[in-house]
Amino acid sequence: MADLNVKFAGITSPNPFWLASGPPTNTAGQVMRAFDAGWGGAVWKTIGEPIVNTSSRYGGIDLNGAKLMGFNNIELISDRPIEVNFREIYEVKRRHPKNLVIASLMVESKRESWHAMVRRAEDAGSDALELNFGCPHGMSERGMGSAVGQVPEYTEMITSWVKEATRIPVIVKLTPNVTDITRIALAAERGGADAVSLMNTINSLMGVDLETFAPQPSVAGKSSHGGYCGPAVKPVALHLVASVAKKLRIPISGIGGIGLWNDAAEFMALGASTVQVCTAAMHYGFRIVEDMIDGLSQYMDDHGFRSIEDFRGRAVANVRDWGDLDLNYKIIAEIHSELCIGCQLCYVACEDGAHQCIAPYDVASNGKKNVHGMDVHVPRILDEECVGCNLCALVCPVEDCITMREVNTGMPPMTWNERVRQQSASCAPPMPSGN
Amino acid sequence: MPLRETAPKLDPEQYERNFADIKPAMSPRQAAIEATRCLYCFDAPCTIACPTHIDVPVFIKKISTENLRGSARVILTANILGESCGRVCPTEVLCEGACVMHEKGQAPIEIGRLQRYAVDYVRERKIQLFRSGASNGRRVACIGAGPASLACATELAKWGYEVTVLDANELPGGLSTYGIAAYKTRAADSIREVDMIRDLGVTFRQKVQVGRDIAFADLEKQFDGIFIGVGLGETGELKLPGEDLQGVYGAMEFIEKTKIEPFPQIEIGRRVACIGAGNTAIDVVTAARRLGAEVVYLIYRRGPQDASAFEYELELAKKDSVVFLWQTQPVGILGREGVVTGLECVRTSLGPGDGKRRRTPEPVSGTEFTLEVDMVVRAVGQKPVTEFLKGVKGLELNPNATVRINDRHQTGNPKYFAGGDCTNGGKEVVDAVAEGMTAARGLDTWLGSPLGGQSSNEPARDVAR
Repeated sequence: MADLNVKFAGITSPNPFWLASGPPTNTAGQVMRAFDAGWGGAVWKTIGEPIVNTSSRYGGIDLNGAKLMGFNNIELISDRPIEVNFREIYEVKRRHPKNLVIASLMVESKRESWHAMVRRAEDAGSDALELNFGCPHGMSERGMGSAVGQVPEYTEMITSWVKEATRIPVIVKLTPNVTDITRIALAAERGGADAVSLMNTINSLMGVDLETFAPQPSVAGKSSHGGYCGPAVKPVALHLVASVAKKLRIPISGIGGIGLWNDAAEFMALGASTVQVCTAAMHYGFRIVEDMIDGLSQYMDDHGFRSIEDFRGRAVANVRDWGDLDLNYKIIAEIHSELCIGCQLCYVACEDGAHQCIAPYDVASNGKKNVHGMDVHVPRILDEECVGCNLCALVCPVEDCITMREVNTGMPPMTWNERVRQQSASCAPPMPSGN
Repeated sequence: MPLRETAPKLDPEQYERNFADIKPAMSPRQAAIEATRCLYCFDAPCTIACPTHIDVPVFIKKISTENLRGSARVILTANILGESCGRVCPTEVLCEGACVMHEKGQAPIEIGRLQRYAVDYVRERKIQLFRSGASNGRRVACIGAGPASLACATELAKWGYEVTVLDANELPGGLSTYGIAAYKTRAADSIREVDMIRDLGVTFRQKVQVGRDIAFADLEKQFDGIFIGVGLGETGELKLPGEDLQGVYGAMEFIEKTKIEPFPQIEIGRRVACIGAGNTAIDVVTAARRLGAEVVYLIYRRGPQDASAFEYELELAKKDSVVFLWQTQPVGILGREGVVTGLECVRTSLGPGDGKRRRTPEPVSGTEFTLEVDMVVRAVGQKPVTEFLKGVKGLELNPNATVRINDRHQTGNPKYFAGGDCTNGGKEVVDAVAEGMTAARGLDTWLGSPLGGQSSNEPARDVAR
């Protein structure tokens, strides 16, 4: 049976599933319900000088009837007094000593202010601190949040201030709204951070109401940029986690579009020790953790992984520069006509959108009939033309109807970098000029 | 209507429930969900299956983007009777039958209902999508005001022809008004569609029988081209003793009552026998049950596999608790004091057959029995209007008495074009529309496409009123 206990920067979590700092961790009541549901830890909604929020605050993007493919918010940090938050943290830790409570903090960028806040958080019984250097909206304009996290020097400096004042682990939460996140992550590490968490939300505007021209989410017809998250951002977060994992020695808590155990396992494969969830809990409630625990355990049992360390980071080395990919590896598409429903989306996608390697249905090509005796329009892959791009398989609405199969090119593996090296070696050096 | 015994009247509201739309209108939410299910197939099988080739994925995509005006324009450009077709088309053997969702193991997209949804939107808002073209000085008469004529008239009006529809009935619309089950479409629905065509400048002259009220020769003088879309005529006879008794009806005559008279006023027998197993017979037996008849028999001398009614139609009758008497042949209608009291029948056995044609039913002696019925409805197909057609000089008929046409739908008399049931022997509304449109193109070409004809048919911009 898989052991989901995780050691993270010196503290132990009963499982790798934490609620991220956000609306679900706003109050003791929510956090305790979450622990009862099975969450291993909770990063408290960011504590700082109480703010005033707008109405409305959230925006969503649906796709073909599926709700909240993407989500954004213009909500700020906790609107509750600092002492209320710390009193509640104390209460939660007293009742749930085994679950982790991590205090997310945001303070004006003064050394003494950080020192004071950090001590209060530690006194309240927090297991760790998360420094919110990532919030992209509202707070950043006041010199906090991502205003800190976008500048390596600030990140390093404030991290070091915090480390001066506390003995509990310090996690620095990173913003994706930078050109190179690893520069910030390395700065946090230099500042003494015990771990990093990433990513925070992406700057976004959710849309425009075409009748009123109010940007979304609308506050009396106006809006402001907010933080984008939800399933749509997962690929961005995976890339950033992998980049950071390649350069840092300290642990990573993965965040960004996680809603299922499979998502979590992917973050772990790219180096994350724990994961944090917010949007999915806002969408479906705390109960989603049940299958995250169950599914991950099952996956680990099926693969013989006794602990998360057994597979954590296994995919990191497979993330390479493009120049290190084998150019002689070849796959081509195959249509399994018995599964084909005849929509020809693969045909038009390849013809108009890719590389013209599929022939459309033609009456003579196949005799497949549907339940009403009508022709099923099965298209045909042109094996010689297919470049193996995946597009047809990606657009096909039927599971496993189009698969990609490897074909032997008869050539040994060869990357771009190898090719360039080989070519420069075989070419004669340029003639000196002026001979 | 003197019948031996009539079924007790129903609660007035019960009639409305019984004849409520079998494919009800969709709510915006239902339509949005259904529209997003559509895969937006390329070279879509549904479009190929539709006789008018409505670009189904395109109009459904427009519903999903809430461009309902654009959606309706796609539908009505291909088929001006898109609303009727959405209601009455046998979609399960046309567009929905071809839907790729079947192969995916899922229900097909409800194309018919989505089509109605889009057209309802523009109709309810009185959005006029098309305008008549600039006059080309040519005049065309369309004889008959059914789907074929309406489609032909619409195309020609859009191209600048002055079109007059001459129709013998009191109301326009042909079979859509008079001859399709009321739970599929009401006369008022069909007449509303005609109004849309009237708005294109088409003139409708009702209760005019060509050949009687106006001579063919005069018609030919007044018009540059003539379209014949007269459909079929009365229901064929059974040629049985007792057929002239009161209480014996033709199917078309009976269905017409359900379309024109208020339901509570229609007298219906307690027990009704309908002879025939085509789609019209299904309209009869379901209407009879819904009007309150207690026992309704559908009598057919062959078996269900030979019935010409679509499977979906047979299911409707089953759900209405109609009693199917397969391999049963009526031999005589019984009566007392001139009124139907019963139907004498005999069981049949099917001959060996040659594997090509349907097997011949043979009466089995000793199996005779009598059904006690108060009404008998003949649903054995409509007769062609041969007498009328003989009035057109040079018109040629096929052996089955349909009008002979070339691929442009031109008849033996070059000035006359024809389409719909009178040429195809009796098909769907959508087939009539497709044929009417083909004939319009034929007429336009034959008349030399004055002012560019069809080629000048730029889609009209909306004229919101």
